[in-house]
Amino acid sequence: MADAQGLPGMDRRTIYEKSCCGRRAYSLPATDVPEVPLDDLVPAGLRRQAPPRLPEMSEVDVVRHFTGLSTLNFGVDSGSYPLGSCTMKYNPRLNETTAQLEGFAGLHPYQPESLAQGAVELMWELGEWLAEIAGLARTTLQPAAGAHGELAGLLIIRAHHLAQGREPKRVIIPDTAHGTNPASVVMAGFTPAPVRSDARGGVDLEHLREVLAGGDIAGLMLTNPNTLGVFDENIVEIARLVHEAGGLLYYDGANSNAVLGISRPGDMGFDIVHFNTHKTFSTPHGGGGPGAGPIVVSAELAAYLPVPLVERAEDGRFFLDYDRPQSIGKMRTFYGNVGVLVRAHTYIRGLGPDGLRRVSETAVLNANYVMESLRGVLDVPYERRCMHEFVASATPLKEHGVRALDVAKRLLDYGVHPPTTYFPLIVDEALMVEPTETESREDLDRMVDVFRRIVQEAHDDPQKLLDAPVTMPVRRLDEAEAARHPVLRQRFPEDEEAGAC
Amino acid sequence: MPQAATDYVPHSDADMRTMLAVVKATSVEELFADIPEDVRRREPLALPPGLSELEVLDELRRLAAANTPASALVSFLGAGIYDHYVPAIVDTIVGRGEFLTAYTPYQPERSQGVLQSIFEFQTAICELTGMDVSNASMYDGGTALAEASVLAGSHTRRGKVVLSAGVHPEYRQVLVTETAGYGPRPQVVDLQAGAATDLAALARVVGDDTAAVVVQQPNFFGALEDVAAAAQIAHAAGALLVVVADPVSLGLLEAPGRLGADVVIGEAQSLGNAMSFGGPGLGFMAVAKPLMRRIPGRLVGQTVDLEGKRGFVLTLQTREQHIRREKATSNICSNHALNALAALVYLSWLGREGLAELGLLCTRRAAYLRARLLELPGVTAYTEGPVFREFAVRLPLPAAQLVEALVPQGFLAGVPAGRFAGQFAGPAAAGLDDVLLIAVTEKRSRAQLDAFVAAVAAEVDHG
Amino acid sequence: MADESYPQDLRYSKEHDWVRVDGEDAVFGITWFAQDALGEIVYADLPDVGAAVTAESPYGELESVKAVTDVFAPLTGEVVEVNDALEDEPQRVNDDCYGEGWIIRIRMTAPGQLSELLDVDAYKAFLDEA
Repeated sequence: MADAQGLPGMDRRTIYEKSCCGRRAYSLPATDVPEVPLDDLVPAGLRRQAPPRLPEMSEVDVVRHFTGLSTLNFGVDSGSYPLGSCTMKYNPRLNETTAQLEGFAGLHPYQPESLAQGAVELMWELGEWLAEIAGLARTTLQPAAGAHGELAGLLIIRAHHLAQGREPKRVIIPDTAHGTNPASVVMAGFTPAPVRSDARGGVDLEHLREVLAGGDIAGLMLTNPNTLGVFDENIVEIARLVHEAGGLLYYDGANSNAVLGISRPGDMGFDIVHFNTHKTFSTPHGGGGPGAGPIVVSAELAAYLPVPLVERAEDGRFFLDYDRPQSIGKMRTFYGNVGVLVRAHTYIRGLGPDGLRRVSETAVLNANYVMESLRGVLDVPYERRCMHEFVASATPLKEHGVRALDVAKRLLDYGVHPPTTYFPLIVDEALMVEPTETESREDLDRMVDVFRRIVQEAHDDPQKLLDAPVTMPVRRLDEAEAARHPVLRQRFPEDEEAGAC
Repeated sequence: MPQAATDYVPHSDADMRTMLAVVKATSVEELFADIPEDVRRREPLALPPGLSELEVLDELRRLAAANTPASALVSFLGAGIYDHYVPAIVDTIVGRGEFLTAYTPYQPERSQGVLQSIFEFQTAICELTGMDVSNASMYDGGTALAEASVLAGSHTRRGKVVLSAGVHPEYRQVLVTETAGYGPRPQVVDLQAGAATDLAALARVVGDDTAAVVVQQPNFFGALEDVAAAAQIAHAAGALLVVVADPVSLGLLEAPGRLGADVVIGEAQSLGNAMSFGGPGLGFMAVAKPLMRRIPGRLVGQTVDLEGKRGFVLTLQTREQHIRREKATSNICSNHALNALAALVYLSWLGREGLAELGLLCTRRAAYLRARLLELPGVTAYTEGPVFREFAVRLPLPAAQLVEALVPQGFLAGVPAGRFAGQFAGPAAAGLDDVLLIAVTEKRSRAQLDAFVAAVAAEVDHG
Repeated sequence: MADESYPQDLRYSKEHDWVRVDGEDAVFGITWFAQDALGEIVYADLPDVGAAVTAESPYGELESVKAVTDVFAPLTGEVVEVNDALEDEPQRVNDDCYGEGWIIRIRMTAPGQLSELLDVDAYKAFLDEA
């Protein structure tokens, strides 16, 4: 297990604090054109008065600075990362090789399409494969993230209704939904209408009927399996009810890792699906991004997809089709996070249909294995098999004065990255665990063992959890002060005098 | 047993048996018993069968080889994505597994590396733009514009955003699409001949219904705008000034924050990131202090731990979707952390002097090329006045025709403005098919510039 | 944080706000229960002097690190004073919720609404039920 405590005696200053006047790393070609006076090129009034205070360092110092910072991090490469809802699977290095091929990395989006046929073909293929995995018809690769895909899907729902002369306002969202769902709903001009979950963790059908009876239904957003890690067996009925009420169904594909080749959202009745390539299709998280959130829609909705659409002509040529009069428009500049999409394409090409199914089978097996092993150790609110993730509750530990937060901090001391905490909102002191399919049995056993020890510590010596972490480069941080008096950029000595932000 | 396809699942058959026993299932199939049969997929997905790693690489190499990337040609393509040199150390740092495979830093004690690098990135953006607060980055310049419009609308509680047509046409399209259901309505003011914003026309449409005025500097055609004048027009009406800025220009051009900008946004791909067919890019947004609690996206702040040691955390999270849900400032969940890291490494390598020198080199070369092209018969200036590294010329033949003719000689002559004709109106929109947008970076040597002029001259004589 | 308490001389609402009447004015704040549920407060988003507030409608927001909550007006009136100290020290709402943690002062326009508020015993009983 990697030891990310930082290098011994590491210099923890920021790069600005390390900056030293007159040092330089760069080199640039000498000016080989006539040196016309600068005032003749750009008038003084438009020019910079004071230079930006960027660092002045030699190259070796830049490398040491960032190498040092990297030792303060934890990635999938470092160890187990069972963050529920994030699918922290191994990021194959082959993906990096292919994404960096100059034939992809060096393409300018406005270069003639005849010179980018390989890239457009790759996007076409990936779109076809995602459509097959989704069980729907046409794909757009434009959205840059899952939340972005949600907005695109909701705008398509809006366009669909408008085309029929309707403007329904309500989009139904279960109380287990990820925060991006209601936020996206509002940004698309709709109002979220919550629906409750039943005792088994699926959508409460009675309550759904009530909500639908209120009318004005644009659609329903759902993820299946949901954020409790549970497959909603009523999904076909749910789809029927919503369609009957005139609404469309949007599938949040964040949990697709559980059902690849096992069950397809298109077959469940969904009309629009987004995938998170950085979850299901192994593209790296990069410390927070970039990812990609392609969406696939039914044939009836294809007309509304963003421009341009990736197409293949009869003669086998690939092109970007801008002639889409009913399109919702552009969700972003150019065509998509192509560098990320090359990685997803590489992954799917290598695994093939059997490999993808094995991913889901093993992801679900691993999660059940951990859940079963933790029975009696943590409280698991729903008495049924889970899918690729499960939610446990740390509520029983409250009597010892510790909470999910303290369990998470103590896990850090044991070299295990904590699971997601305090989500979904309907489970008290939630710990959402998603091991993924790329963890070995030994790593899973170790994870379970660590949880057991920590729960034992909660009984015997809860202070150990409350003080945790003690082996990290920093102890618990004062987040209240960071929010009360935010310091969001380097304070230079001149700023201190001037009393700046 | 042969392994003919890539497979990252560690389990052996023995592992599978042991684990199935623990979960009390006789087969993996039992684990999916909850899934109703009518939605259970039985046939394999209709995808090509898996391949071994080297075969996958062959396949991807085939696809890559079917492209002739701009980076391998003498390219003058710009329009928001630029072919600047990316120093070797960028990939060295960004490829480290501890950065590449890390998640969002929600457990700060274990993520000080990511958090500190974002803090340093935020600082760099503030320094370049002259603003108080920068977020941790966004998807691209277009979505950053949409977010800025929503911010202005909620801050001023007004329903209109006035944009110069000099703002990148794709950014304007994204704004229209993304705010179709929410946020202020956009209104565009045409450019005048010479490609700068018509400030008089701008002043006429800005009123007490205006949440923000948006200008781009340099603008889409490379013209340098009077940002201070735009600021006065906006502020006189109680509106915000939003400036779309080009980060590479900010070593040479004045920081928009010093000219009255309230919000500065843009695309920072040109800072240390590959062009990659237009994505992933690096959107950025920086605001004045009063707007701090409205800014979308992640923010990293400095604080101390319980021993008084400095550390960094995600902060002001109550703006964000995972807490506020439907009342969030935006639905944005991620940032482009890895691209931001690349930009930070790049700026650290260039340093304050390097950025200024880079800007100067590009400006000088662009001016040289522009002067030589304008000497050619029939070639006239479309963009008038001073420019940074990009400008447009009017040709005596269709721009797309020139571009096509020069490809076999190894040149990508520029971006034909005609492809954006639908996004322009008024005096600047006439005959856009003959207009070519040309960008010059530090990769274009004098010899290449001279060869290019000769090639254009030959074409212009024929055409 | 102070110990749990509910002063006798105040009136209370079911949204966990307290009211102190002072002539024609009323001062608002949140109760011990509310500040405890919210956690350490990091920011108060308050109305301007002169703004109108309406009984049972939100007049501002309080933020902790991980949550945001609306603050509801127990009475209708016009804001005459805002506790500016909360800008720099929002945690006063936690430390002294009935004293230095007061939030706004209004000029009441419908004093009859006071009779709809709870006295300390009724509020405590309400807390026990929940």
